[in-house]
Amino acid sequence: MTGPGGSLHLRSLCKRYGSYPAVDSVDLQIERGEFLTLLGPSGSGKTTLLMMIAGFQDITSGDILLDGTSIANTPAEKRNFGMVFQGYALFPHMTVKDNIAYPLSVRKRPKAEIAARVAEMLDLVRLTPFAKRFPKELSGGQQQRVALARALCFAPPVLLLDEPLGALDKKLRIEVQAQLKDIHQRVGTTFVYVTHDQEEALSMSDRIVIMQNGRIEQVGTPSDLYQQPKTAFAASFLGKSNFLRRDGAVFALRPEKIDLAPAGAGQGANKVSGAVQSVTYFGAVLKYQVAVPGMDPIEVDVDAWRGGAALPEGARVDLTWSETAAVRLTDQTL
Amino acid sequence: MRLPIQSGWLLVLPFLLLVGGLFLGPILNILWLSVTDPTPGLGNYAQLVTSDTLGRILWTTIRVCVICTVFSVLFGYSIAYAMVHAAGPTQSRMLSLLLVSFWISVLVRTFSWLMLLGRNGVVNSGLEALGIISQPIPFMRNELGVLIGMIHYMVPYAVLPILASMQSIDGRVVQASRSLGATGAQTLWRVYLPLTRAGVVAASLLVFIINLGFYVIPAVLGGGKVLMVAEYISVQVLVTLQWGTAAMLAALLLFGVLTLLFIMSRFMKLSTVFGGART
Ligand SMILES: Nc1ncnc2c1ncn2[C@@H]1O[C@H](COP(=O)(O)OP(=O)(O)OP(=O)(O)O)[C@@H](O)[C@H]1O
Ligand SMILES: [Mg+2]
Repeated sequence: MTGPGGSLHLRSLCKRYGSYPAVDSVDLQIERGEFLTLLGPSGSGKTTLLMMIAGFQDITSGDILLDGTSIANTPAEKRNFGMVFQGYALFPHMTVKDNIAYPLSVRKRPKAEIAARVAEMLDLVRLTPFAKRFPKELSGGQQQRVALARALCFAPPVLLLDEPLGALDKKLRIEVQAQLKDIHQRVGTTFVYVTHDQEEALSMSDRIVIMQNGRIEQVGTPSDLYQQPKTAFAASFLGKSNFLRRDGAVFALRPEKIDLAPAGAGQGANKVSGAVQSVTYFGAVLKYQVAVPGMDPIEVDVDAWRGGAALPEGARVDLTWSETAAVRLTDQTL
Repeated sequence: MRLPIQSGWLLVLPFLLLVGGLFLGPILNILWLSVTDPTPGLGNYAQLVTSDTLGRILWTTIRVCVICTVFSVLFGYSIAYAMVHAAGPTQSRMLSLLLVSFWISVLVRTFSWLMLLGRNGVVNSGLEALGIISQPIPFMRNELGVLIGMIHYMVPYAVLPILASMQSIDGRVVQASRSLGATGAQTLWRVYLPLTRAGVVAASLLVFIINLGFYVIPAVLGGGKVLMVAEYISVQVLVTLQWGTAAMLAALLLFGVLTLLFIMSRFMKLSTVFGGART
């Protein structure tokens, strides 16, 4: 229903505040129609990077190319990128309909075309019955969808979203995630999505960029990043990890990839023995903390339905894992 | 046991009595005078239609007040806009300059204008010395002079409510407008102005109401040629001793102000106007 998405190329992009690098030589190729997520802790430079792409933050050095053409000197209003702000930034004095029509009416499109397009967008975000309401008469999730419809209304090649679900409660957030993903597939626009919620990143993205201190830590598909983290930061920021030191290298080992058995029952080359320190029941899984002499406590997830009754604290256990389960990291130390 | 009235009222009771005695009393007295002096009846009010002088004075007053309000709010809007967009230190410097102008007496400011723009003022003698003009430009002792003085005096009053309403705008809304492709002018006209409307209305009301009662500036800078209601009232009270006419005009001003407030209250909640912020 919308034109094809645009591709973005960020070339050694930097933003310094004084001498502080908020974004530090970022190189990134964003493909046409991709759902790309910038994930990182607070202060890692996600918003700054997004605002540079949007044109609201000037570039200290580097370049941004849209479909091969530099847009570094194009002002924000000429870039034609849709943007969904944290807190939505809807126009409080306009109805839902006028909010959505705004990008078309400032482009002086014919009335009939605007009306048809707005109706189409209202339908897309399922807000047709709310067209005449004002933003303050809507729930958070509804406002979020108005912001999305407004930003998509003029068929931008790229849509930028800064923590668009940050203000929603957990349950609503999961619902809107699914809607957002569905809309992305239908419109074919390139989405650049900022979040610090790792589950959100894993469930929605085609690729995830993990950022730290203004730099890209690692880029990859959700399963790449989860199965093959390159650094301890990536391994611990996306999901949980145990870290093991072996032969002068550091390995990451996911809690659910470890088999736990009563002492003596464990088989295999990768095996350590220890004692149960604590066990917590989470419905689907049992989380064990196992104290192993000479190592940090190891966390192990066991499917609750498989293991029968939980082993008591102090019980002696063997921990085993397959050769491929432990991933060698580039870090030399922790 | 509950008091028949909320006890908080007891605290303000003495002040209510003071206000009632010292404020409402004289006002009622004025209203009373306007229908009893010199003879009982509506004779004083009838002058409004019969007397050419009164008609001219009222027309001058309204014309001067409207022009002054328009320009004060225009300048005030630009200054407030510059202030909210200035960096922190510049902004506080601008605010203190604005407040300083509140502390300078209206007399000082009025006579300063005479020294600047009068027949032998700095500007005229400068221009003459440079040979640009041969006759002094009549800035002062006419309606232009009154307008210059009044606008200069009223601009800070216009700035404050507008500034408050601008400060309550979420900067992301303006960014959103730009990201959606609006030009600067479109953003100003379709987003910024509507969101600051309450501030503009409050500023206009405030300026207009204060203008209605202006006395010193028209008297000094008008050179006797620009007679406005306040000055005329003072003449009636002090010189010709026609208290009835004076009381009638005072009552008229009072009702004018109340009517304005009433009309505005139909359009928006007065609390938001004077709070300066949108709800
Ligand atoms: N105007 C500014 N002046 C100086 N430093 C700034 C400015 N804006 C941001 N920074 C710094 O740049 C860094 C990156 O900020 P940014 O807002 O991009 O982080 P973020 O990843 O979006 O964080 P969050 O998840 O909290 O929104 C932070 O350390 C911040 O303190
Ligand atoms: Mg941010």
